Amino acid sequence: MWAYIARRLLLLPLLIFLVTLFVFGMYSFLPPSQRVRLYLPDVAKSPDAAPRIIAKYGLDKPFHIQYIRWLGNLIRGDFGWSQTAQRPVLQALGHYFPATLELALWAMVPVIFVGIWLGILSAIHHNRPLDHATRVFALIGWSFPSFVYGLLLIMVFYAWLRWLPVGRISDWVLRLETAGQFKTFTGMYTIDAILNGRPDVLADALRHLVMPVFTLAYIQWALLLRITRSSMLETLRQEYVMTARAKGLAERVVIYKHAARNAMIPVATVGGLLLIGLLNGVVITETIFNYPGLGSWAANAASQLDILSVLGFALFNCALLVLGNLFVDILYAVIDPRIRLE
Amino acid sequence: MKLFLKLCKNPLSLTGLVLLLFFLGVAIAAPWLAPPAWPREPYRIARCGFSPMPQPPGINNPLKGIWLIVTRQATICRVRPFGTTGEGQYDIYYGLVWGTRTAFKVGLYITGISLVIGLILGSLAAYFGKYVDEIIMRITDVFLAFPFLVAAITLAAVLQPTIGRGLVTAMIALIAFGWMGYARLIRGDILAVKERDYVQAARAAGAGHLRIIFRHILPNAIYPTMVMASMDVGSYVISFAALSFLGLGAEVGYADWGQILSFARNWIPRLNYYWWIVLYPGVTLILFVLAWNLVGDALRDILDPRLRGRITV
Repeated sequence: MWAYIARRLLLLPLLIFLVTLFVFGMYSFLPPSQRVRLYLPDVAKSPDAAPRIIAKYGLDKPFHIQYIRWLGNLIRGDFGWSQTAQRPVLQALGHYFPATLELALWAMVPVIFVGIWLGILSAIHHNRPLDHATRVFALIGWSFPSFVYGLLLIMVFYAWLRWLPVGRISDWVLRLETAGQFKTFTGMYTIDAILNGRPDVLADALRHLVMPVFTLAYIQWALLLRITRSSMLETLRQEYVMTARAKGLAERVVIYKHAARNAMIPVATVGGLLLIGLLNGVVITETIFNYPGLGSWAANAASQLDILSVLGFALFNCALLVLGNLFVDILYAVIDPRIRLE
Repeated sequence: MKLFLKLCKNPLSLTGLVLLLFFLGVAIAAPWLAPPAWPREPYRIARCGFSPMPQPPGINNPLKGIWLIVTRQATICRVRPFGTTGEGQYDIYYGLVWGTRTAFKVGLYITGISLVIGLILGSLAAYFGKYVDEIIMRITDVFLAFPFLVAAITLAAVLQPTIGRGLVTAMIALIAFGWMGYARLIRGDILAVKERDYVQAARAAGAGHLRIIFRHILPNAIYPTMVMASMDVGSYVISFAALSFLGLGAEVGYADWGQILSFARNWIPRLNYYWWIVLYPGVTLILFVLAWNLVGDALRDILDPRLRGRITV
């Protein structure tokens, strides 16, 4: 297994090379005037600065030289300046990341519990009303654009009933923060609130999280539910399940101890897909709920054509996805000893 | 015909088929259902006045309103069966009717072109094998290293300064990151078919590469890929609407469902008063996507028993 991990890690630089080449290729779609504007927002105000910038960043050099230069900057941590965040892109990524991580981690709770649990239930009730109901539920979930779902949630729970707020946190918490009465450890309010011993902040952060978490989670439910169901159906036909039943074990034990554990193996492999879903999902979800994370920043940057931020976000996503897939492959080998990674 | 009868037997796929036919009817009858204000540019949404606030539906019964418009007894702005969007005063009914054409166009073009690209690259890789296969599949890996929507947003943003905001930009962005699934699937199926006796026989008879690929291999390997494509139309329409929703899709004022929905973002604290901005376009989009998914799901069960129960994403 170690040899496999080492080989996957060795392939990583090649993939990173190709991906960065690709991102840089996108970047060079821009006409030169636009590219100068990335470094100099208002060309008209200082017309003599444009040639200087072209010389400084080598915008008139051949493609491969520009690419090597750009890559060198990346390695040194210089991703450029983000107009929308008003700070360097790398810092902006660091600034917005905790908010998005918090959202994604909380979204995993309903995804895993409801997705897996409903999947197991519908496999047990194969071809009975519950199974059909979850099938319809999955199909409808799959047809429901997340922004429509999010807007409907807002319409009912925020605008009409006034039960749940939008945004990330209430103003009074921000005031506490600037007054120095609330210390920031991780940047995630739910965890910081516990560390600070402030249950009222925790409650406030959770109230803000409910709607975005459910919006982010519900597309994934459909996927996870169907996979758990088919995998569970397969497992229930195995001989060891029959043996367990023949031994006279309680149905509960047969299903949750003997069958469900083995049925989880294919479910783990879609972890990569779930990660893609989350990364795609945060852009829309955060934009709708005005949640200041990576996704809403990227969407804002894209609509204002702040290309450096968008490319920084894309690179960050790629890195996450590549590492995530590697992790899932290794996890696969760990939970299923029958699989020998070559 | 047999296929059609089979589709009609299942209540779910029948629902999908009826919905699709309904939308097709709306798309065809658009000039009658919603007479354009600018006959040369029917896709420009009709605008009703200059008020900054969304105007409610001008008539309580939307069906009666549509009847008045179809029989030309009243103008669209007088009736406003589904209300207006607020900023810009775009008429929602007009946008939805002409947006049906946009939705069909977008879904079919994106799926069709991605399918063709995927088929060509996938069959080249599988048929010629060796380093051709290696190169094409590594390129595919690079494209797969981006999350789909994020990649499409990036490309759409990068292309905008050059070719401007519009349908074409967003469709290019979605196609560029949409073909990989088809390439992989067709490659696998061709690898399975390639060594069959009838292919060897064709080769022995002196058939050229193109003839072998198009006449002997593809017809025997293409079905699963086609089924996968039919299931993807709905999700492409969603992705396009998402780009429009983020302001990277159709230009402002172009009849497009995602864009009408994006106007709701301006009225979030008072959406319970301005419910029509979310409800009408939202339900339309959901029904359209649901129709494609229902039909695609049934097609999969009928045409490709191998895929039954497998989730296609």
